[in-house]
Amino acid sequence: MSTLTATGTRSAGAPDAAPAPALRARHRRNRLRVLLFLAPGLVGFAVFLVYPLVMTVWLSFTNSNMISPAQFVGLRNYRFMLDSDPQIWQAVRNTGWLVVIMVPAQVLFALGVAMVTARLKAGAGLFRTLFYLPALAPPVAATVAFVCMFNPSSGPVNQLLGLVGIHGPLWFDSPSWSKPALTLLALWGSGTVMVIFLAALLDVPAEQYEAAELDGANPWQRFRYVTLPAISPVVLFATVTGVIAGLQYFTQAMVAAQVANGNIQAAPGYPNGSTMTFPEELYTSGFNQFHAGYACALAVVLFLVSMAFTLVLLRRASGFNPQETQETPL
Amino acid sequence: MTSYAPASARAARSASPHRAARSRARRRRALVWVADHAVAVGLACAFVGPIVFVMLTSVMTDQQSLSSDLWPRHWQWSNYTTVFRTAPFGTWLINTVVYAVAATGAMLLSSIPIAYALARFRFRGRNAAFLAVITMMMLPPQVLVIPMYLMWARLHLTGTIWPLVIPSLFGDAFSVFLLRQFLLTIPEDYLNAARVDGCSELRVLTRVVLPMMRPAVVAVGLFAFFNAWNDYYGPLIYTGETPAHWTLALGLASFKTSHAVQWNLTMAATLIAMAPVIIVFFFAQKAFIEGVTLTGVKG
Repeated sequence: MSTLTATGTRSAGAPDAAPAPALRARHRRNRLRVLLFLAPGLVGFAVFLVYPLVMTVWLSFTNSNMISPAQFVGLRNYRFMLDSDPQIWQAVRNTGWLVVIMVPAQVLFALGVAMVTARLKAGAGLFRTLFYLPALAPPVAATVAFVCMFNPSSGPVNQLLGLVGIHGPLWFDSPSWSKPALTLLALWGSGTVMVIFLAALLDVPAEQYEAAELDGANPWQRFRYVTLPAISPVVLFATVTGVIAGLQYFTQAMVAAQVANGNIQAAPGYPNGSTMTFPEELYTSGFNQFHAGYACALAVVLFLVSMAFTLVLLRRASGFNPQETQETPL
Repeated sequence: MTSYAPASARAARSASPHRAARSRARRRRALVWVADHAVAVGLACAFVGPIVFVMLTSVMTDQQSLSSDLWPRHWQWSNYTTVFRTAPFGTWLINTVVYAVAATGAMLLSSIPIAYALARFRFRGRNAAFLAVITMMMLPPQVLVIPMYLMWARLHLTGTIWPLVIPSLFGDAFSVFLLRQFLLTIPEDYLNAARVDGCSELRVLTRVVLPMMRPAVVAVGLFAFFNAWNDYYGPLIYTGETPAHWTLALGLASFKTSHAVQWNLTMAATLIAMAPVIIVFFFAQKAFIEGVTLTGVKG
């Protein structure tokens, strides 16, 4: 980037000989212009971030039920969360499972697919298109399709497993297989991460591989000492954004339970609470049971955890570092 | 990798084992080629299979969709019209289009100037503003949902899709981020040339920058459109109680349950929700892939 300012009227490299009043006027104009361009964003920041965030924190200390005025109750919501909520630990365990197993599985799978695609000599573009396509499918539609495909009575998945002599599990109807089934759904939709990995892999200079080969490095060593260091920022990016998405995991769990169970009322967490995630618990508390104060306490926890991961991203990933583009402020 | 013998040994021998080694290497390369492409074809089947399955099941008869058949015996295309008669899919489709188009338009209108200011103006607090964008991008929507719902309820807008559209008028964090990343790649000289010619900053943006950033605008627009199209959480929160204002995603989620239909109709409805995405993707895949790459490569 050039070191020129965007103040407009100055031409490249010209010495700034303007007298002080004119300079001040220009500064004022400049500030006004910045304000004008940013105005919608500033309003959005105040109304759709700062205000609701402050309100969430405040409501988490009240007994708000969305209708009558909220009363301050101190830490009661947080104590309830830790001591007596019968469902919260299951929701924490489920979301934890998704973050610890589903997200890494998705990152590794996407990396594997990207590495295969990067090696292709013929039709790489076509394969990339096909691998990416499912990532765009609406999550609800993809989930409905998977519940149908994995249904134990007529679904094709258990049929195919039967052909090779495996008695397929109940998938979305089994408490121990519902999360693995959701993981398969996530792998199917991992094309976005795959495309990012593929671009990073193709950016690794070919000379480095050649040099490693001349040094007698085997395929694993070439991956470990050439590929991995080169793509590690992208892996970090994919993992952290994946974790943050995992913390928000809601739609697929909710829809899968609904479609597999067949009864909306009994659905959340079906089967047997095994798909009840933390955001689902928040939704149910707030919008089905109208415990808005308690839902906000859950929201504060979600906020703190996801911000911790965002901080990791900000500290480690260079593209997120604003300094990269910045000289002295005006 | 290559199986060349050491130079001394090579010199000592005649040319023929040398040639044998080279043909061995060539055969090995061919085998690797076949293996790579076999894996790719297998993966392609796994990725495309579910979509083909949805298509085939969607044209089966009620009876056949209960069976474990994979291929429709009688192609019952009328399922697609039956879907629209069984549930208000037409209304949901219109709601979804309105939501997606309005949200995308509003987003572009607000986000392009913000991204331009963040990428091209110098001002105090620019770093802080960029950090705010990242924070908003990473913030789970669930964190803010309760106060937001209360706010829209006070404005009597709950039960409609407007609480989902109006925020786009004030900038969308992900779009701002992506546009900014792209804007940083445009050389400042182009903009200065226009400025020297006496263009105002707004004219520089609309006349010089906007044509250059078309690929990014297309990518961001497509992402915003499909985000709205695919959104389930937002419509559930704000229109959950009023089925007349549902979107396709919401209607599809409860279709199998509320209308107690067979898989064939459900799969037809699923395909209706998927089809626009698939069709647009094939026309605009370059923009998509470039947009995705832009998110990640800088990271």
